[in-house]
Amino acid sequence: MIIASQIAVLPIITPLILAPITLLLPKGRASWAWATLVSWLTFAACSFVLKEVAQTGVISYHLGDWAPPLGIEYRIDLANALVLFLVSGIAAVVFPFAYRSVQLEIDERQTPYFYGALLICLTGLLGVTVTGDAFNVFVFLEISSLSTYALIAMGARRDRRALTAAFNYLVMGTIGATFFVIGIGLLYQATGTLNMADLHDRLVGQDNRMVQAGFAFIVVGIGLKLAMFPLHLWLPNAYTYAPSAVTAFLAATATKVAVYVLIRFFYSIFGFDFAFMNAAFTYVLLPLGIAGMFVASLVAIFQEDVKRMLAYSSVAQIGYMLLGLSFASAAGLTATLVHMFNHALMKGALFMAVACVVFRCGSHSVQAFAGLSKRMPYTTWAFILSGLSLIGVPLTVGFISKWYLLQAAFDAGHWYAGFLIVASSLIALIYIGRIAELMLLREPASEGKYVIAAKDAPLSMLIPMWALVAANIYFGVRTELTAGLAEQAAATLMAFAGGGA
Amino acid sequence: MERLILKVTTKILFAPIILFALYVQFHGDYGPGGGFQAGVIFAVAFILHAFCFGLDETKKALPQKALIVAMVIGLMFYAGTGVATMLLGGNLLGYDAIDPASTHHAGQHYGILLVEWGVGVTVASTMLTIFYHFTGREPDIDQEDW
Repeated sequence: MIIASQIAVLPIITPLILAPITLLLPKGRASWAWATLVSWLTFAACSFVLKEVAQTGVISYHLGDWAPPLGIEYRIDLANALVLFLVSGIAAVVFPFAYRSVQLEIDERQTPYFYGALLICLTGLLGVTVTGDAFNVFVFLEISSLSTYALIAMGARRDRRALTAAFNYLVMGTIGATFFVIGIGLLYQATGTLNMADLHDRLVGQDNRMVQAGFAFIVVGIGLKLAMFPLHLWLPNAYTYAPSAVTAFLAATATKVAVYVLIRFFYSIFGFDFAFMNAAFTYVLLPLGIAGMFVASLVAIFQEDVKRMLAYSSVAQIGYMLLGLSFASAAGLTATLVHMFNHALMKGALFMAVACVVFRCGSHSVQAFAGLSKRMPYTTWAFILSGLSLIGVPLTVGFISKWYLLQAAFDAGHWYAGFLIVASSLIALIYIGRIAELMLLREPASEGKYVIAAKDAPLSMLIPMWALVAANIYFGVRTELTAGLAEQAAATLMAFAGGGA
Repeated sequence: MERLILKVTTKILFAPIILFALYVQFHGDYGPGGGFQAGVIFAVAFILHAFCFGLDETKKALPQKALIVAMVIGLMFYAGTGVATMLLGGNLLGYDAIDPASTHHAGQHYGILLVEWGVGVTVASTMLTIFYHFTGREPDIDQEDW
């Protein structure tokens, strides 16, 4: 059976070979329909991979029949299967959602390029996740980044500032990628291999300057990509001025994949034998994570633009993930993986709600949200429910994340971190509450530029958005898939890295 | 006739540049070269043509639309070779599956030839697209073009 033996490569090859066809299709509906179909096929492939990995364990696939460590290996364990499932799932929801939003925000002549670039971006993100080769990570990272720059710049039709946002991101992202590849180069110099498992074997006992420098370059490079505070400066503008559908997709996937890469490098390559890593946890990730949680959340409160507010909130949420990582325990790693998954669900839904508002009111300014519940009740409640999830209210995924984080914090003996997590969640309550108050209690503007049509968003946008909101609640009640798999994945990673549970 | 010497020189050089591109393309198996370099050299022939005869003339010879089709075909050639090896029972890009009975790795030669051809076509058309866009750029972009 061909499919069974080739399963590991299907999530990559499906979008990669089918994406270019988008460019040849007629503009508008046809290219959208094709891209949506491809995203669904990819999601099916990724779900299949997750099921397969959960049942039979690690899949190793040798590209071109060249055996590792010489050849490129795709190595899928539970951690990357979960990320694959997440990224392709978000894509499968965002593509159908995008149609109306893109119709409004992007020149119809550009739609084939837009959907093509979005599919290539998806390919890159999945490729980063699936590969077991350190250099291959860089290649796929660049594939996804380059298409991301183009996608963000396409927001220029609505707001020219998208061009500077994209250019800023291009500069920062390229510096990040350069640092990352320098780091890999140093590791290659030290070990003579690029395969992750082989790197791990050969780095044992090596604690010299070169490996330390390589480690530092990689952490800073990936830190730029994942918007680790204070390397997040590209993110708010990029998210604010990108087309709405692109923001929803990127916010839910791009930074998550970068967090995954960080985890993979920490646990599968360096491991706990590498003394420098523990220093990085204690003196870099812990303080920066906490600083990000507070500074970015506080900045979010004062934003006059809802997209920008949510972008800062994303930086804060990444702080939680880094905090979970910094505990260097299985519980902390589980919390990070769970929050990675859950945050994608909530931010995806929130940015989709903003996209719906942009669709009807043409603005993502705070004023546009005044009195929204009377005009767009479904969008309002989607925003509020996923906002509650962001705060961490029970019965939503946000609660599960916070629960695991708190547990990990107390287990690790960082009781103060537990209080800080709760405190920063209260800040999230302020900025989400501010928008909720506007939507529920204010009267809609009766004149001026924020007068909105008394109609909710079209069904093609509401259904995908509510699917994500439903996922927010479903995975908040049933945690076998997310927390269960994350726990197993974390246990495997910890065991490999040689740390005590 | 204006710039007669330039035009004649360009016409003389055009075919050898393409020929050299093809040489680099097919020699990539055994020596330095390959699809990337060949694609760039191939594009250079047309860029020289555009310098001498003007962009409009070059676009008549090789329209933008054809370049997009070429880009797609090139990428599909690459990925398609990979999928073909999968269907033949190997892994993705496992060229030995093309000719498994061969004792001197004939499959590897065919495989890399096909893949490099895809790379060459894509690189050449992408280079030319970038060139067309830079040189064909109007001083300020029309509002409708965003």
